[in-house]
Amino acid sequence: MDTVIRTENITHTYSPGTPFEHVALRGIDFEARCGEYVGIIGRTGSGKSTFIQHLNGLLKPLSGRVLLDGNDIHASKEATRAARFRVGLVFQFPEYQLFEETVYADIAFGPKNMKLTPEETEERVFEAARFVGLRPEELKKSPFELSGGTKRRAAIAGVIAMRPEVLILDEPTAGLDPRGRDELLDNIDSYHRERGATVIVVTHSMEEAARRAGRIAVFEDGKIVMSGTPTEIFRNGPELERMGLGMPKAALIAERVRGLGVPLGRDIYTLEAVRDALISLRKGGGGDAT
Amino acid sequence: MLRDITLGQYFPGKTVVHRLDPRTKLVMTIVYIVALFLAESWSSYALMALLLIGMIGVSRINAGTILRGLKPIVVIIIITAVLNVFFTRGEVIFELWIFKLTREGLITAAKMTLRLIMLITGTFLLTYTTSPIALTDGIEALLSPLKKIRFPAHELAMMMSIALRFVPILIEETNKIMAAQASRGADFETGGIVKRAKALLPILVPLFISAFRRADELAEAMESRCYHGGEGRTRMKKLGMKARDFVTLAVGAAAVAAVVLVNFLP
Ligand SMILES: Nc1ncnc2c1ncn2[C@@H]1O[C@H](COP(=O)(O)OP(=O)(O)O)[C@@H](O)[C@H]1O
Ligand SMILES: [Mg+2]
Repeated sequence: MDTVIRTENITHTYSPGTPFEHVALRGIDFEARCGEYVGIIGRTGSGKSTFIQHLNGLLKPLSGRVLLDGNDIHASKEATRAARFRVGLVFQFPEYQLFEETVYADIAFGPKNMKLTPEETEERVFEAARFVGLRPEELKKSPFELSGGTKRRAAIAGVIAMRPEVLILDEPTAGLDPRGRDELLDNIDSYHRERGATVIVVTHSMEEAARRAGRIAVFEDGKIVMSGTPTEIFRNGPELERMGLGMPKAALIAERVRGLGVPLGRDIYTLEAVRDALISLRKGGGGDAT
Repeated sequence: MLRDITLGQYFPGKTVVHRLDPRTKLVMTIVYIVALFLAESWSSYALMALLLIGMIGVSRINAGTILRGLKPIVVIIIITAVLNVFFTRGEVIFELWIFKLTREGLITAAKMTLRLIMLITGTFLLTYTTSPIALTDGIEALLSPLKKIRFPAHELAMMMSIALRFVPILIEETNKIMAAQASRGADFETGGIVKRAKALLPILVPLFISAFRRADELAEAMESRCYHGGEGRTRMKKLGMKARDFVTLAVGAAAVAAVVLVNFLP
């Protein structure tokens, strides 16, 4: 698979030269391949949000480069602007950025800025609404009448309507109820699958990371300290604990079950894997989940 | 973007200036401003500048911060200077079409510019070295004699402290909203004045909504802690004048006297 976006040793300092100077990124090498689903985990303040704002050129690195298809996104103003549309960024609590009179108009804001025709804009709005599970009658409402979870979906649709090749979401499920969380992540999965888009999700939930991501990058103190498949990452349980991150609940369940003398096998980090392992044990199969 | 605005911002520190009683600093700032308007001769200007630079030095505020604080008012300074240069009558030294450049104009413009810069820097020095809470405590204390004539000193001080407290929060919020809209391709930098004004809508609507939400939350939080205005309210931290405050006030009074006297020098 081809690399779609890559950073080369980027660093970032907030308010340089003032008493509030703060080094947020200390040299990040990162790449995401076309169609990949990357989870980003790390404690609050580790630089995740700062990092993802570099990927669509909102923040400019103090040193290092951000490459989209091999081209520096800060090469020219046009390149930066183009990157905005190709790399869609959904901020944390995106519902606070809604402003239009109707949900429809708000979702259409991005496509309009792209100078698409009215027909194309309309198509994109309906497509985005479908991806996030908004009903057509909700499009006519004012965004401020919607419930919290629906507002959030409307805001995410506003980014999806630009059909970004790379969709980045900063803690999209923060503050949602369990069902809202699952539905939202399923929506994102379907965008990932159907459009073949690259998805990067910042999350505090080890369960979400283990279950959804193909690869996980772990941030600590402005650096990526680990990167790999969920299995590779969660094999370092103690290391993650030290960073204050912990393990998925399923791994703890598996550990308890093993403690009861059931030969459950290694590398079980999702509830589905626990279930499959137990079923295959009952059928008299081997210990491994796979 | 908005990150250059340092207006009303406090830079914590432990210098003597930081530790002065807020009332002293308030009075000194007012005295300084009055003195600025009394100053006429170049030597009195020099004295005022010297005082200011000395205070900046003692309070360890770096020059970059001061310059950044002045940036938002550069336009005002330039307009004032230009108006003064061309519209002051006197000895003409250069003439173009209807514009006459006069010697007196140049001098007035230079003095006006200096005066503005010192005025702004002087007041910034107050907010840079005084926490918003201390500042409003000071204002309330200075205004409290007026409570006798039903002047709402407490309410005024509370409103100011809340406003000051919210400036950095609203700036941060504005930056966040701008970043979010820029991610959807909003463009705040190109186009004519109408287009730019229109481009502000996606920022202002969410900003107002969030300001109202915050105001609501704050009111609720204050009420749930039984806030009911200034009546009968006691303070955890009492203001107290120390020796350094009296020294500062004495030096300030001497400085103003000096400025007035020096005015008689060229
Ligand atoms: N606008 C800003 N100005 C100054 N410091 C900031 C700003 N945004 C974030 N920081 C600081 O940078 C560090 C990284 O923040 P952030 O990228 O938001 O981390 P995360 O998303 O992992 O919680 C934190 O210590 C934070 O306080
Ligand atoms: Mg964050």
